[in-house]
Amino acid sequence: MSLSGERHALRKFTDRAFSASCVLATIIALVPLFGILYYVAARGIQGINLDFFTQLPKPVGETGGGMANAIVGTLKLVGLASVMGIPPGVLAGIYLAEFGQTRTGSVVRFSADVLSGIPSITVGIFVYSLVVLASKTFSAFAGALALAVIMLPTVTRTTEELLRLVPESLREAALGLGVPKWRATLRVMLRTAAPGIAVGIMLAVARVAGETAPLLFTAFSNRFWSDSWNEPTASLPVQIYTYAVSPFEDWHRQAWAAALVLVSLVLILNISARILVRNRVKKQ
Amino acid sequence: MSLSLEPPDAPVLAVSRGAAEGKSSPSASEGRSPSTSEIALNTKANTKMRAENLSAYFGKSQVLKGIALPILEKKVTAIIGPSGCGKSTFIRCLNRMHEVVPNAHVSGEVTLDGLNVYGRDIDPVRLRRRVGMVFQKPNPFPTMSIRDNVLAGLRLNGIRVNDAESRVERALHQVALWDEVKDGLDRAGTSLSGGQQQRLCIARSLAMEPEVILMDEPCSALDPIATARVEELIHELRADYTIVIVTHNMQQAARVANYTAFFYLGEVVEFGKTDAIFTHPKQRRTEDYITGRFG
Amino acid sequence: MASQPQSLVRPRPKWLKPFGSEANWGDAIFRALTLLFGLCVVAILGGIALQMLKAYRLSLQAFGWGFITSNAWNPIQDQFGALPFIFGTVVSSLLALSLAVPISLGIAVFLTELCPAWLKNPVAFLIELLAAVPSVVYGLWGIFALAPWMREVVEPALASTLGFLPLFQGPSQGFGMLTGAVILAIMITPTISSVCREVLNAVPGTLREGSYALGATRWETLRTVILPFARSGLVGASILGLGRALGETMAITMVIGNRPEISSSLFAPSYTMASVIANEFTEATGDLYLSALAEIGFLLFIVTLLLNIIARALVWRVARLPEGGRL
Repeated sequence: MSLSGERHALRKFTDRAFSASCVLATIIALVPLFGILYYVAARGIQGINLDFFTQLPKPVGETGGGMANAIVGTLKLVGLASVMGIPPGVLAGIYLAEFGQTRTGSVVRFSADVLSGIPSITVGIFVYSLVVLASKTFSAFAGALALAVIMLPTVTRTTEELLRLVPESLREAALGLGVPKWRATLRVMLRTAAPGIAVGIMLAVARVAGETAPLLFTAFSNRFWSDSWNEPTASLPVQIYTYAVSPFEDWHRQAWAAALVLVSLVLILNISARILVRNRVKKQ
Repeated sequence: MSLSLEPPDAPVLAVSRGAAEGKSSPSASEGRSPSTSEIALNTKANTKMRAENLSAYFGKSQVLKGIALPILEKKVTAIIGPSGCGKSTFIRCLNRMHEVVPNAHVSGEVTLDGLNVYGRDIDPVRLRRRVGMVFQKPNPFPTMSIRDNVLAGLRLNGIRVNDAESRVERALHQVALWDEVKDGLDRAGTSLSGGQQQRLCIARSLAMEPEVILMDEPCSALDPIATARVEELIHELRADYTIVIVTHNMQQAARVANYTAFFYLGEVVEFGKTDAIFTHPKQRRTEDYITGRFG
Repeated sequence: MASQPQSLVRPRPKWLKPFGSEANWGDAIFRALTLLFGLCVVAILGGIALQMLKAYRLSLQAFGWGFITSNAWNPIQDQFGALPFIFGTVVSSLLALSLAVPISLGIAVFLTELCPAWLKNPVAFLIELLAAVPSVVYGLWGIFALAPWMREVVEPALASTLGFLPLFQGPSQGFGMLTGAVILAIMITPTISSVCREVLNAVPGTLREGSYALGATRWETLRTVILPFARSGLVGASILGLGRALGETMAITMVIGNRPEISSSLFAPSYTMASVIANEFTEATGDLYLSALAEIGFLLFIVTLLLNIIARALVWRVARLPEGGRL
């Protein structure tokens, strides 16, 4: 390699220029993040008031009202989706970690990977044809089911990966004590991996809380309270969408407020997950 | 079957004289391990466990070839030999841990109090509660406290005992850990030093009240002081438990074991009282290993 | 010593026979249960595939192959052609990809090669946050912040400098192909960059060290040693990003204008496959309309499926991720 002045200076310059452009790229990517967070905070805070959390939406064209039913709706949907999606996901993940070296295991793993890449609107269509058509109504149940299907592959893969990380020596210690295989897996391996799996689940829940497309034709929307799981149900993301594309100023204000609530929820889950991971790493 | 009248420190293993003197006999020339029926034991101790024509495989590759060995009750039996000779595989066959590895299987017999543990209706889980195991690298459960670690064998099996606290104390006393940890039983099991963790693992095994304790190189991950303490512990335990210890450290075998078996390439080359093995080994391979010519 | 040692004998129940090697009923049930839920995953994927196939067959009967090439979308007159949506989806996604890949690669290189250790975690976390923001919030921001900015600043600037290209001609309302591409680019950047990072990290350190030891600069090492090694993985990362872009629904619906037209201008509004389904599925009157939308859904499904498979295969080859990893 040449050490002569000119050539060397050119190489050095190229290197510097390239480093600078990488830094620039990172900054460019982060600008929209701060932009969005700023807008959501600044505009959202204007719409946050007690009414927002306690009132139902007003009829089209009238100002005022709130999104109480949408907030409750999101909690209901995410809650039921978690109940439907997490246990099967964890169990499927255990299957992959314990018995997944077979051909069946590969098929399951492949399915989970492919499923996680399917557009969420496709999942919505699927649940629509499966549940909504059969029950002839939009329902919170259908919405939760769609969200559960979206959560399932993520929970499965997270569980598998984290179980694999637990050292085999712990399983051996349990087996050596005369513990049957299944108890060793559940009460030692899974228990050791549990904190990490919990973090993965938190992130999956955060993602699902913000999903809109699959709810459009499953839970649909509702201007009023939904009393049962078998009725169309309002949710924050769908409300944000409906209000945002409407021509009404007041609805825009409320959309920003709802976005603030939603983003706060998602951020809290994400940041807590990060903190938990960092604490666990520190302890080790 | 000769009842040997040799002096007490002669090797207990009195295989057909021919083999020891180099005469051609099936066992010497084919290198086949003598079966336990050929082993005369001039000792009062009972045989607690016995391997009979035991062979172990990982898939197609054979790691143990027709092992025959008695394990005498309330004695310490050491298994020595160079790396890869099958020592660890052997003791893992004693408590049926070998078959946990995918594609691993076993042929032959291992008996506990006369009952073949590889029999058709034998539950390996129950076996392992009577034959405990301590591993090379201390492996206390990280999610459990010291107390819970000691009780782990019971807790994980859902066995409820009403004297849990005294069991913990007893086990920790047995391993000489009680004074060191009695004020912090709720601390995580992994907060102890390496030597303490290994003693905790031994306490964990003891809490199951096994009859036999298998130890797979229990001191190789420990510093010399911790090693000395574990060896002391083995001395104390042998009054009540049958112990089998695998070690790559011959001096350790000489220090702690009553009987020693020398393994080489998946076979038992020689077995007998420890001092006899080390002072008058009968097989040349044994002598070569002991004097450091290989391994 | 224990009082009376427990008997080792525990006859294996006959019904356990078909469960193969499991020694006791606990293990057998455990295995069966976990297998059941594993198969659930397969069943769901199969169910979705079957549904899509069924819908496709129905609509194929109705429309034939010309559906894909027909430009006419006039539900009122029962005219259905998917071309505008295919065009909108493909162009917006490819454009987004062309914007996102250089940026994502830059981020990945920054984080793996240039970033000081104390800064790595915070920056990586921030990039991940980009992925955590819900799509609909992106859309909201897109309507009220991005689109006006595009309309007032960016698009006029492009028109005045590059206006000789038909790409940058025509009226600019802010809601159009370009805005859609920009928002997609922002959204797929975290995906592409995180996979690129994993791929770059998988390059053996010895390759790097060897190059530096010869006196190469960072850029030269990257260009001659690292990138060629990681190339297929980086391509895989991009394809994965493409798949994400194709499936993205809400944000792009809110800024792309939703007009089924094919135009040569990037400023003009457009319509994507996911958007038309989202907007019109619940309003669709008549079986023909629904079939058309279902067929569009099928096309979307098939394309994203294929891209996903290809992408993972490419990434796996370089980074040896457990087939898939957390992508």
